[in-house]
Amino acid sequence: MVGDKGWKKWLVISFFLLPNFIGFLVFIGIPILTSLGLSFTKWDLLSTPEFIGFDNYKGIIEDTEFWSALKNTLLFIIAYLPTVLIIALGIAMLLNKNMKGRAFFRAAYFIPVVSSWVAVSLIWKWLFNPTYGLVNYFLSWFGFVGPDWLQDPQWAMIAIVLTSVWKDTGFVMVLFLAGLQNISETYYEAAEIDGASPIKKFLHITIPLLTPTTFFILIISLINSFQVFDQVMIMTEGGPAGSTTVLVQKIYNHAFRYFEMGYASAVSWVLFLIIFIVTLIQNRLQKRWVDYEQ
Amino acid sequence: MNSDVTIVTKKQTTQPVISLNKRKWLKRIAFYSTISLGALIMIIPFLWMLSTSIKDQGATMTLPPQFIPETITLTNYAQVAESFPIWKFLFNSFFVAVTSTLGQLLLCSMAAYAFSRLHFKGRDTLFLIYLATLMVPMQVTMTPQFILMKYLGWLDTYQGLILPGLFNAFGTFLLRQFFLGIPKSLEEAAFIDGASHFRVFFQIILPLSKPALATLAIFSFMQSWNNFLWPLIIVSNQDLMTLPLGLSILQGRWATDWNLLMAGVVISVIPILAVYLFAQKYFIKGITLSGIK
Repeated sequence: MVGDKGWKKWLVISFFLLPNFIGFLVFIGIPILTSLGLSFTKWDLLSTPEFIGFDNYKGIIEDTEFWSALKNTLLFIIAYLPTVLIIALGIAMLLNKNMKGRAFFRAAYFIPVVSSWVAVSLIWKWLFNPTYGLVNYFLSWFGFVGPDWLQDPQWAMIAIVLTSVWKDTGFVMVLFLAGLQNISETYYEAAEIDGASPIKKFLHITIPLLTPTTFFILIISLINSFQVFDQVMIMTEGGPAGSTTVLVQKIYNHAFRYFEMGYASAVSWVLFLIIFIVTLIQNRLQKRWVDYEQ
Repeated sequence: MNSDVTIVTKKQTTQPVISLNKRKWLKRIAFYSTISLGALIMIIPFLWMLSTSIKDQGATMTLPPQFIPETITLTNYAQVAESFPIWKFLFNSFFVAVTSTLGQLLLCSMAAYAFSRLHFKGRDTLFLIYLATLMVPMQVTMTPQFILMKYLGWLDTYQGLILPGLFNAFGTFLLRQFFLGIPKSLEEAAFIDGASHFRVFFQIILPLSKPALATLAIFSFMQSWNNFLWPLIIVSNQDLMTLPLGLSILQGRWATDWNLLMAGVVISVIPILAVYLFAQKYFIKGITLSGIK
C-alpha cells in the first residue's frame, strides 16, 4: 500500500507499535524473565542476589506452610466454585424470561460486582461480627447461635467463601445470561410439541447447549480463584491460625513482609505452573463434555 | 401473550379457566418471591452499610440492631474526612483510573492497529508472545515490578501507580479482534485518495470501534478503580493512596468503630455505583466480552 517501502514503512510501524511494545517489554516481558531468574536466587533486596540453584523449589516441597496454603486455596475453590455456578445459573434462568422489572433485578444482582473487594470485605466483616452482626442476628431468629465467624478456624474460610459467592454471583449470572440468550427458541418449541416437561427441557436442551458458556466460566473462574487475595487480606489476613492463608497471601508475605524475593518468586512460579496445568487439563477434557453443535 | 389467547377461547367451561389462572398466579408469585429474595440478599448489606454510617457508635452495638437509626448523624463522615485525606483518596482513585483508562485506550488501540493492519516480519509471533503473557498471573510479575519501581525511585509516585498497569496484553487482544472484523474496503478507498495510516487510524478505524473502545474503557476503569494489591505494594504515603488502600488503613486505625468504617466505605462505593448506573449497558457488555473482573 502507500508508503510501504523502506524506512517510511518502519516509521509507521514504530509509531503504532513501539510505545506499547517498549512498555510491554519493560513492565511485563522482562519482569516475567526476571522473576524466573530470581526464583533461583536468595535475595533480601539489600545484598547482592545469591544463586542457589533449585534450593527455593526444594524448600517449597519441604515447607508445610506452602502445602497448607495450597490446601486452603483448593478448599476455597471446591466450596466456592460449584456454589457460585449453581446459584448464578438459577438466577440467570429466572431472569431470562420476559418479565417486569428485569432491568431492576439485573442491576441489583450486579451492584456487588462493581464494588471494590476492599469495600465488600469490610461490609461483610461487619455483617459477620459475632455479637452485633446481621448474620448471627438473622440466625438467632431460627434459634441458632452463630459462630465467631472470622475468629474461628473452622468457620473463617466458610465466611470468606460466602462473601465471595455473594460478590461474584452477579458476574457469573451475566455470563450465563449471555449464553442462555444464544440458545435458539426453536429447540424449546420443538420439545414443547413433543410434550417435554420443564425438567426434561432443562436437562436435555439448556444444560447441553450451555456447556460452551459453562466451560468459559469455569476456565475464567478457576484462574481467578487460584489468585484469591483481597478478601482474605482484609477479612482475616490469613488467620486465625493460618486457616485462611492462601497461595497469594503466602507470596505477599514472603515478598513484602519477610523480603525473601527469591522464595516469593519461586512460589509465584509454582502458582503459575498449577494454573497452567489445570487450564491445560480443562482444555483436554472439554471434548468430553462441551457441546459445540449449535 | 399466547396463553391469554387460549384462555379466552376456553371460556365456555369456567372451571379450568380459574384453575389455570390460579396456577399461573401461584407460579408468578413463587417466581417473583424467589427473585426478590435474591435481590434483597444483594441489597441489604449495602443498606446496612448506609444505616451504620449514619449512627453514633453506641447505636452500632444494640440488640436487636436498629435498621433505621433512632438518631441520624453525619458526624462519622466529618470525622473520617478530618482524620484521613479521604477526598484525596477519592481524587487519586479517579485520577489514576481515568489516566490509566485513557492511556490503555490509546496504547492498546495503536498496537492493535499494527497487529491487524500493518505487515511486518515476525508480527504474528510477537502477537502470540503477547497472548502467552495473558496466562501469567500478576503475582509473578509483581515482585520484579516492585524492584523496578524501587530502583527508578517511583515508589509513592503517580507514575508508579499508573504506568505498569497500562501495558496489558488483554486490551491489545480485544481491540485487535475487533479491528479484524472491520471491512478493509473503507480504508482502501481512503488510501487511494492518498490518506495516511494516521488518518485511517484516527478517522476510520477508531470511530468505527466505539463499542469495543467503550468495553475496554469500562473494563480498565473498573480494574484500576478497584485495584488493591498494586497500590498496597508501592504506596505508603497517604497522599498517594487510592480508595481501596485508604479503606484498608482506615480499618487499621478503627478496627471496631464500624460507624466510621462504614462511612468510609460509603464514600468509596457511591462514585463507582453512580458511574455504573449511568453506563449499565456497557458495563454488562464489557463483562460479558472480557470475562475478567
